Amino acid sequence: MRFERAHHHTWRKIKSGLVSTIAFVSALLVIAPLGLVFFHLLVNGAGSVNWDFFTKLPAPVGAAGGGMVNAIVGTLELLALAGAIGIPVGVLGGIYLAEYGSARINSILRFLADVLNGIPSITWGVVVYGLVVLRFKGFSAYAGGLALSLIMIPLILRTTEEVVLLVPNGYREAALALGVSRWKTIVHIVMKTASKGIITGILLALARVGGETAPLLFTAFGNRFWNHSLSQPIAALPLQIFTYAISPYDDWHRQAWAGALVLVTGVFCVNVIVRVLTRGRAASVV
Amino acid sequence: MAVAASMAVEERSAQTRMALPSRFGEKAFEWLTLAMALAVVVLVILIGWQLWHGSSLAIRKFGFHFLTTSTWDPVAEQFGALPFIYGTLVSSLIALLIAVPLSIATAAYLTELAPLWIRQPLVSLIEMLAAIPSVILGLWGIFVMIPWLREYPFPLLKRFLGWTPFFTGPIYGPSMLAGGIIIAIMILPIITSFSREILRSVPDLQREAAYALGATRWEATRIAVLSYAKKGLFGAVILGLGRALGETMAVTMVIGNTPQIAASLFQPGYTLASVIANEFTEATTDIYLQALFEIGLVLFGVTILVNLLAQLLLRTITTTSATRAVQ
Repeated sequence: MRFERAHHHTWRKIKSGLVSTIAFVSALLVIAPLGLVFFHLLVNGAGSVNWDFFTKLPAPVGAAGGGMVNAIVGTLELLALAGAIGIPVGVLGGIYLAEYGSARINSILRFLADVLNGIPSITWGVVVYGLVVLRFKGFSAYAGGLALSLIMIPLILRTTEEVVLLVPNGYREAALALGVSRWKTIVHIVMKTASKGIITGILLALARVGGETAPLLFTAFGNRFWNHSLSQPIAALPLQIFTYAISPYDDWHRQAWAGALVLVTGVFCVNVIVRVLTRGRAASVV
Repeated sequence: MAVAASMAVEERSAQTRMALPSRFGEKAFEWLTLAMALAVVVLVILIGWQLWHGSSLAIRKFGFHFLTTSTWDPVAEQFGALPFIYGTLVSSLIALLIAVPLSIATAAYLTELAPLWIRQPLVSLIEMLAAIPSVILGLWGIFVMIPWLREYPFPLLKRFLGWTPFFTGPIYGPSMLAGGIIIAIMILPIITSFSREILRSVPDLQREAAYALGATRWEATRIAVLSYAKKGLFGAVILGLGRALGETMAVTMVIGNTPQIAASLFQPGYTLASVIANEFTEATTDIYLQALFEIGLVLFGVTILVNLLAQLLLRTITTTSATRAVQ
């Protein structure tokens, strides 16, 4: 009897260990694609990331060499346009949720923002095509920037709200007690205290939309040359990678890998910066 | 009395003098932020209206048949979305079959089973995976994953499961199965992150009670944590489904883009999002463009329903948002 119970107990322990092992293997499988993608990006892309890549326009089909400088600059321009709309709207909207809104209104707005975050990014492309491209009869940097900004708004709104709520109430009370008006308290005290968190949210949103391709396909459209006016089609790094990847040319495939390596490096750099920033935040706010 | 009254008057006038200009700033700032916050309402309405408006002709012309017929012939101007709906559902289903067990096991590992020192690094890596742009995963899919699948797993599947209708016929490479696998990779970090938030929100009392009864680590996880968090985990899965349905670039690059309904998962397929991505700029006639807008409307309708459901399920569980982890 006693032996049996002990035996049973051992079996239960073995089972527990077994399940832990399975869970560990699952975790490895989940992160395996990260390692594989990174490995192949380095193997296939590193050779083509050179000075030309950052300084030259794409070479014509058949000609070797060339670069993606127009796409890199294009992506930065699109991000600037997107940020010009998305950052103020998202940050101020988040401030409203954290500082003014009633619980009822907030829950509705928060709900809608979360739903918007779940909408496929290609939908924004279609919507902006209808709103801007059809109306103004042409693909443009403006349309691409707008599409990206609409994706940013709910993202930034939610992160801003979250970090602003972390600011201790004592800060607000202290400012108000000194006779500072409410909105000045918010701008000078609350937003300043939460600035690291707000910037983190903005950077993450920029990194996210910077890698977006789908909403740019029929808004920014892509361009093999320099963009000379924001009302003209403009190149973007993700778009260029897509075009090159599905092309039949080996030269272009190499360029696609190089572009992908550069894009991923950019996105990861932002993520690392964010991690460093948030590490500081935990100490300063709480 | 009189002195008090005059003081009160004085105070009031002083107050109004001081308050008037700043009250305007006060209201202006509040309204400004409110207007920005209302952007989310405007955006939801804008999408719905634009998609509806852009597809009104097609809706009138094809009616309900749009969803139930499978001819997609731009030349003859016949448009039926059934192959795309089928492709979207099947590829998402494959993705869920692969991703759900892996993600929930990983989430359980991260919150309950793993040694403490390994947890944070793993979480960071999973967040990195979520940050990889879709187009890069697609590039990797075309040049690395598909050749590998064609070489090893697909022939194996055919050999051992060839008697089912799902793994028959020629192996091309770009296929419904490849599409499902790439979507699985994309939603793994999402479901894992949300599941992890859910499991973390399970009160420690639950675990302590199980351990007090002499449960092993796995027993405590199963009885006290997983079953307690069932509803929330379901929400996380539904959220993953929402992302799977709308995943565009990576799928477009590996699924083969052929509008057909085939039982075999080795056959190429097509999804709602992919057909928009591929054909939007080629749409030469009005009705073609309208049909693509209608596909967008269908996709929007489905994803918004799925997301509503997911948010409702998640909201009841945890009030602190899990949205920040992965977008």
